[in-house]
Amino acid sequence: MIRFDNVSKTYPKQTRPALRDVSLEIERGEFVFLVGSSGSGKSTFLRLLLREERASHGQVHVLGKDLARLSNWKVPQMRRQLGTVFQDFRLLPNKTVGENVAFALEVIGKPRGTIRKTVPEVLDLVGLGGKEDRMPGELSGGEQQRVAIARAFVNRPMLLIADEPTGNLDPQTSVGIMKLLDRINRTGTTVVMATHDQQIVDQMRKRVIELEKGRLVRDQSRGVYGYQH
Amino acid sequence: MRAQFVLSEIGVGLRRNLTMTFAVIVSVALSLALFGGSLLMRDQVSTMKGYWYDKVNVAIFFCNKGDAETDPKCTKGAVTSEQKDTILADLDKMPVVDNVIKESSDQAYKHYKEQFGDSPLVNSLTPDQMQESYRIKLKDPEKYQVIASAFSDRPGVQSVQDQRKTVDNLFELLNGMNYAALAVMALMLIVALMLIVNTVRVSAFSRRRETGIMRLVGASSFYIQMPFIMEAAFAGLLGAGVASVMLVVGRYFLIDHGLALADKLQLIQFVGWDQLLAKLPLVLGIGLLMPALAAFFALRKYLKV
Repeated sequence: MIRFDNVSKTYPKQTRPALRDVSLEIERGEFVFLVGSSGSGKSTFLRLLLREERASHGQVHVLGKDLARLSNWKVPQMRRQLGTVFQDFRLLPNKTVGENVAFALEVIGKPRGTIRKTVPEVLDLVGLGGKEDRMPGELSGGEQQRVAIARAFVNRPMLLIADEPTGNLDPQTSVGIMKLLDRINRTGTTVVMATHDQQIVDQMRKRVIELEKGRLVRDQSRGVYGYQH
Repeated sequence: MRAQFVLSEIGVGLRRNLTMTFAVIVSVALSLALFGGSLLMRDQVSTMKGYWYDKVNVAIFFCNKGDAETDPKCTKGAVTSEQKDTILADLDKMPVVDNVIKESSDQAYKHYKEQFGDSPLVNSLTPDQMQESYRIKLKDPEKYQVIASAFSDRPGVQSVQDQRKTVDNLFELLNGMNYAALAVMALMLIVALMLIVNTVRVSAFSRRRETGIMRLVGASSFYIQMPFIMEAAFAGLLGAGVASVMLVVGRYFLIDHGLALADKLQLIQFVGWDQLLAKLPLVLGIGLLMPALAAFFALRKYLKV
């Protein structure tokens, strides 16, 4: 599903690489936490997965494709098989909940009939059934994140990438979001989630990958947030 | 579905940038009107060149009675028919001469009246004040000098004129005006392009949220860029439409009505409506494509895809 072979990434005009010689493999259906302090390279890792950036050295394979060899015009096709969720939700404030989810389908040219059928389904799945016509501003943070997850999942992606999805939420709401992500993972979708939330990582007991100053320092199945010796 | 979505996006974008859109339309309209105008001017010059070069070559003007006192070359009074015959015979022998048209003073008077009919001078002129002349058509119009050196000192000859020089001055003036129009057009075009680039930048910035999400969910770059490009193309097309109207109205008022140059300057053949209409597709095409291209290149810089 995902494979990094000796991947390094140095941003232009910077001497210190954001990622150094990272090699790892993530299998289909896994749930992986990506931990590390700020500046450790988590965001770079995710940006490489999304091909927002290209690796300076080494190879990144996502969904069986070598991203270095993927031509620019094929990138959108690849991204349709990924779902992404962010800390700041990234909803369109002037569109309703339903329209926000539908937007993801409209812009990839899905027919209207499909959109009308899928949007309520996926909103039910994330626990927002019946809130289709509400505006994002009227919803709580947790509900807004559910809308974002619905939008990420509406294409039934193979891989869901979450960048601190609970970063703006209180612990109780976070648990709800994690349950939802767990449920999505159980449908067979691989989930890669960057987080600072120790409690969640410790509770879930999933695979943990830790980065420090761009290096892979720990890769532990059923791991916890901090070091365990 | 897709078309409807894109159209609504264009509408929203244009309304949000109403002042910028207006500026784009005006500058595109002005530059394209100048462009069309200078194309027509070029046609005008080449029609006139064809028309005049056919008619005008070298003219040998003979002395008439009145010139005896005023012109040092004509001290012996009016040209005699023997003098004219010798010149005609010599002309016939010259290989560069294609044909010779004789214009009597009566004919000259008639032509003058036709050309400057409403000038007050006409009434004070009489046929014998007009000069008799030979209009010579050369096989090679550049060989004017041969005729000039052979005949300008002959008795009875007042002057030898290369009439092409006279019309060439006019064409030079028209060409100069044409270059000036083109220079202003180039300037306006640069202004228009910069405005388009800026409009696209503002537009891309105000919609970065939407485009960011579009990118994440895998919308093709074509699909993300299209609303911006269509916006620019639409504004450009409106500008080109305004430019076309300006050209049509301009010709109508300058040549046919209003100033009515066609009535006043009957010896000039003006560009026709067909020539003007033939330019409009080009003007509209450029108005549509140029802003679209400008937007496309601006997006490469300001819209990450």
